[in-house]
Amino acid sequence: MYRYDRFDAQLVNERVAQFRDQVRRRLSGALSEEEFRPLRLLNGLYLQLHAYMLRVAIPYGTLSADQMRMLASIARRYDRGYGHFTTRQNIQFNWTRLQDAPDILADLASVEMHAIQTSGNTIRNTTADPFAGVAANEIEDPRIYCEAIRQWSTLHPEFTFLPRKFKIAVTGAPDDRAAIKVHDIGLALRRDADGAVGFEVMVGGGQGRTPMIAKTIRAFLPKRHLLSYLEAILRVYNLGGRRDNKYKARIKILVHDRGVDAFRADVEAEWARIRKAGLDLDEAELSRIAAHFAPPAYDDELRNPRAYADKLRADGKFAGWTRASVAAHRRNGYAIVTVSLKPEGGVPGDATAVQMDCIADLAARFSFGEIRITHEQNLVLAHVRQSDLFDLWRGLRAHGLATANVGLIGDIIACPGMDFCGLATTRSIPVAQQISTLFADLERQHDIGELRLKISGCINACGHHHVGHIGILVVDRKGAEFYQITLGGRADENAAIGKIIGRAFAADAVVGAVETIVNLYIARRQKDERFIDAYERLGPAPFKGALYGTG
Amino acid sequence: MSDQIVTANRLADGRVVFLTEDADWSARIADSRPATGAAADLLLSVAHMSAADRVVVDPYLIEVTLGSGSPWPVLHRERIRATGPTIDQSPIREVA
Repeated sequence: MYRYDRFDAQLVNERVAQFRDQVRRRLSGALSEEEFRPLRLLNGLYLQLHAYMLRVAIPYGTLSADQMRMLASIARRYDRGYGHFTTRQNIQFNWTRLQDAPDILADLASVEMHAIQTSGNTIRNTTADPFAGVAANEIEDPRIYCEAIRQWSTLHPEFTFLPRKFKIAVTGAPDDRAAIKVHDIGLALRRDADGAVGFEVMVGGGQGRTPMIAKTIRAFLPKRHLLSYLEAILRVYNLGGRRDNKYKARIKILVHDRGVDAFRADVEAEWARIRKAGLDLDEAELSRIAAHFAPPAYDDELRNPRAYADKLRADGKFAGWTRASVAAHRRNGYAIVTVSLKPEGGVPGDATAVQMDCIADLAARFSFGEIRITHEQNLVLAHVRQSDLFDLWRGLRAHGLATANVGLIGDIIACPGMDFCGLATTRSIPVAQQISTLFADLERQHDIGELRLKISGCINACGHHHVGHIGILVVDRKGAEFYQITLGGRADENAAIGKIIGRAFAADAVVGAVETIVNLYIARRQKDERFIDAYERLGPAPFKGALYGTG
Repeated sequence: MSDQIVTANRLADGRVVFLTEDADWSARIADSRPATGAAADLLLSVAHMSAADRVVVDPYLIEVTLGSGSPWPVLHRERIRATGPTIDQSPIREVA
């Protein structure tokens, strides 16, 4: 875990004091709402449909057990006993009171957390592979570079008022679990022919009303140049990005309009100008940061490997859970555990304060006190001994955290939708709950296999529907909610934008339509063929036929 | 001419409120005062004064029907604002 240095601590504490004074002045009338709004947004405090919402940054999705306990405490003291983990690895509290916000920020600062740059046209929290540091085929831990980006981008004076918000994601493994190709910048650690480590730099991905897959503008960037190259990209965007139309202000539009070759030439020219300006990451600094992400003190002694195998044989529910939730660890005898926040009929990504405390306790007991948040709104315990998995499962199950549906149709991403969000035009959570309930039978889910279903309550696509194997965009038509289904999207290393399959479905037909799609897949799949692979082989026609009776 | 009421969010806690008969604010839409045309505009100007007094934020008029005896928003979004999230979240408030 990275620990704040004195600059971080001073900066965050000063920000708390500044915001406390700003809230005082707002409540006293010294600041108008127009004056105050940008100040609160700089601190992640939105005014949503029902209340203020505070979005707290979780840098690259990594938390300590103590930080999770603080989030639980905030949920209890200042909210309604729960928090909502987001598709950007952050957490949101939906029922914040303005007068409490400075105290919440002070509580966060006490555990080295904040809400800076979780709103506004700035560089937002950099996200990362939730299996960072433990994936078997990883080149290097991406969080080292995320941390360097965090330090560079925090309160960067030149990039505080960009044309639009800006999101960066980093992976260190060939398998993309961070959806890097639908970010403004996606960075993938690569080795060149000589074995040196650097980055493939992808730019201009994104979702929203104009979904695009990022284009590679540099196949290999030596890692020491990371920050100067990012600075060059941001400078080109800051100057060239549109400011006259917020719907055309993201960097993806600039890359598209200018053309990737011309954009690349602009970046390279700017980089040539600034690359010697002192932004190089030197080895000493990288080593200093890397030390914070060093592997924990793993136990080389395998404890009771047979006991684990015996438990798997003896307990079918446990075995089912491991099949969905447990991934291979780079270290022999250890496992990566994904904890589903998608119980049957639940709200995707929500966790109660009790559950947060439970996770913190289990992380402390079984995973070196570390927790990751995934962009799929789940949690990860990254360092669990295989021999501890059974006890961990029992601890999770006692708190409703052992739903064995990770990566399956019940593991739905959904934005908060119009039940909470001031921007949403429709609700997204209710249909997620209905689908999750329809497919509650875990045996059926496991039989269906990997299927990524993602739901958004407006065209801003916070629910990632464009990259769902099955995507649902809920749209408003004269006050009624209709459900537009896309198929074939994916957010992995072969990222693709889903295609609309046909006319939208009414509320009483959408769940049946999803079931029709799944049944068609079951009927037509080949042995061990995943939904997305079957769809890519079959194309949309049979699905369209099943849904609409057409070819 | 359609009936309208004034709604806003309370400054201190952001909660949804409605302008009442006696120019106060209530969290209950049933307490709101409907009006039409110029009378509705007058209500909005009262609400803006309340915003200037730091009671509420961003007041605006919404269309309502009066069929059931109590004002009821025409727009789905405003119905959700009036009644809260439509989902069963089972919130647990362990400490008051």
